[in-house]
Amino acid sequence: MLVGLWKLTWIEIKIFLREPLGAIGTIVVPVVIFLGLGRIFARGRGPAAPSPNSFVHVGLPVLASLLIAVSAVLSLVTIISIYREGGILKRLRATPLRPYTILTAHVLVKLLLTAATLVLMVLAGKRYYPAGVHAPLFSFTIALLISTWSILSIGFLIASIVPTARFAQPIGAIIFYPMFGFSGLFTPVASLPPVLRVVSRVLPLTYAVSLLQGIWNGQAWSAHFGDVAALALGFVLCTAISTKVFRWE
Amino acid sequence: MPPVIQVSGVRKTYGRTVAVDEVSFEVNEGEIFGLIGPNGAGKTTTMECIEGLRTPDRGTISVLGLDPFRQVYQLQARIGVQLQQAQLQKRIKVWEALDLWASLYHKKAIHAERLLESLGLTDKRDAWFMNLSGGQKQRLFIALALINDPEVVFLDELTTGLDPQARRAIWELVRNIRKRGKTVFLTTHLMEEAERLCDRVAIIEHGRIIDIDRPDKLVDRHCPERTIVIATNDPSAEERFRSIPRVESVTRSDSRFTISGRGDDLVTSVIHCLSENHMAVGDFRTILPNLEDVFLKLTGHSIRE
Repeated sequence: MLVGLWKLTWIEIKIFLREPLGAIGTIVVPVVIFLGLGRIFARGRGPAAPSPNSFVHVGLPVLASLLIAVSAVLSLVTIISIYREGGILKRLRATPLRPYTILTAHVLVKLLLTAATLVLMVLAGKRYYPAGVHAPLFSFTIALLISTWSILSIGFLIASIVPTARFAQPIGAIIFYPMFGFSGLFTPVASLPPVLRVVSRVLPLTYAVSLLQGIWNGQAWSAHFGDVAALALGFVLCTAISTKVFRWE
Repeated sequence: MPPVIQVSGVRKTYGRTVAVDEVSFEVNEGEIFGLIGPNGAGKTTTMECIEGLRTPDRGTISVLGLDPFRQVYQLQARIGVQLQQAQLQKRIKVWEALDLWASLYHKKAIHAERLLESLGLTDKRDAWFMNLSGGQKQRLFIALALINDPEVVFLDELTTGLDPQARRAIWELVRNIRKRGKTVFLTTHLMEEAERLCDRVAIIEHGRIIDIDRPDKLVDRHCPERTIVIATNDPSAEERFRSIPRVESVTRSDSRFTISGRGDDLVTSVIHCLSENHMAVGDFRTILPNLEDVFLKLTGHSIRE
């Protein structure tokens, strides 16, 4: 059933790392953005430990983590559409590889990549969070992987409908980046105008932000059951639609 | 022995376009069977229906006794497929592709390194796919199609875009596949390829099969004309040529005569005439019709148009 999954996943990881631009774009850029923003905000707040709940304390790590997730998803959208355009998906499908094995391998690659980038970011950002911050990193990683997994399903939906590989990245970016504005990351959802509040409630990113912020602040998983459920629901919905509309060639 | 592939009454449409209509044929074990026709005639659609990659709207297909639609995974374990214009991941290495493919099949009959060697790819085993030449890519795809020691090999336009030398090398590879007792099903729009490689061919146009037979039989049936070109200064040549039985026309330009007629014994009769009359001949050529001419005759246009 899972014939070829590990081998394909491992090959895809190697292939990904062989493409310098892709690897830099997805791994290095989020870390650099994080460090840059961290420096700007940390300076503005003074050298001492910043007050809890400040943007640099909670918002920034969550924003940076989601950037990691979204750039992983965008890279997935691009790769899937390039593979489709080049007939690679079709070639892989004409083997005993099951279609979901092919797609699962890509999801695994992106989840691993997200986790690895997160670790890098934590290591690089340590100096901005000296004492006083004891974020539960393991739980936070799990929360980020759940969020990424859910957002990846939107990525698949986009990958199912983009006409050519050339449009994949821009269309993905146009869909994903505005989501940040309504996600409650910069402005609490409650203070948005009613219409935007509805928009915000539909976007999975909102639940990802809520989950990640909560876990970062040390809240219990039980307090965020609703967020996880919403992310899971989003995953199920998008996956269901993707399986109907996904094109292999 | 039942045929390896049985196709009966297959029809496939894309929207309003009928890609394949009422296509029926059989492929026997151990033969190289070619589906020939111009681009867009329905060759690839037919092949992909047989491989289980597409579902026909109507008709039945059986490959090795399996239904390509319902038993696609069982089928894919026993066949090898080379797709038209396929690509692999740009930066996958040759050995990685073979290793991945080999891991997908339960039986490990073919030794990957030996396969690379027989296809002349040994020194490319660490090369990225994107850095291979067209011929090397095609050879890799043939290797991937053979990795599971399949009973039937499908090759879709496998020499398109290759130079004549690479093409000949690949023909030899395909003949070797048959030598090992495999059945080969291929498509091509190159008549020379079909003529040199295939035991039997089916001519397809506008989604319909026009005729199926051995290439030489198709030529005999549809193009029995024989043409002989002779250069001679013999003053009574024209008159003598005209008196040969079965000769239908003799045209002359300077000392060059073009003799047309029907039947295999035409050439013999002409040679007999030359020797009987002790005619001095500067040049003697026979022009035999080929599949290209058959195609032209059957469809009213050349395959290249």
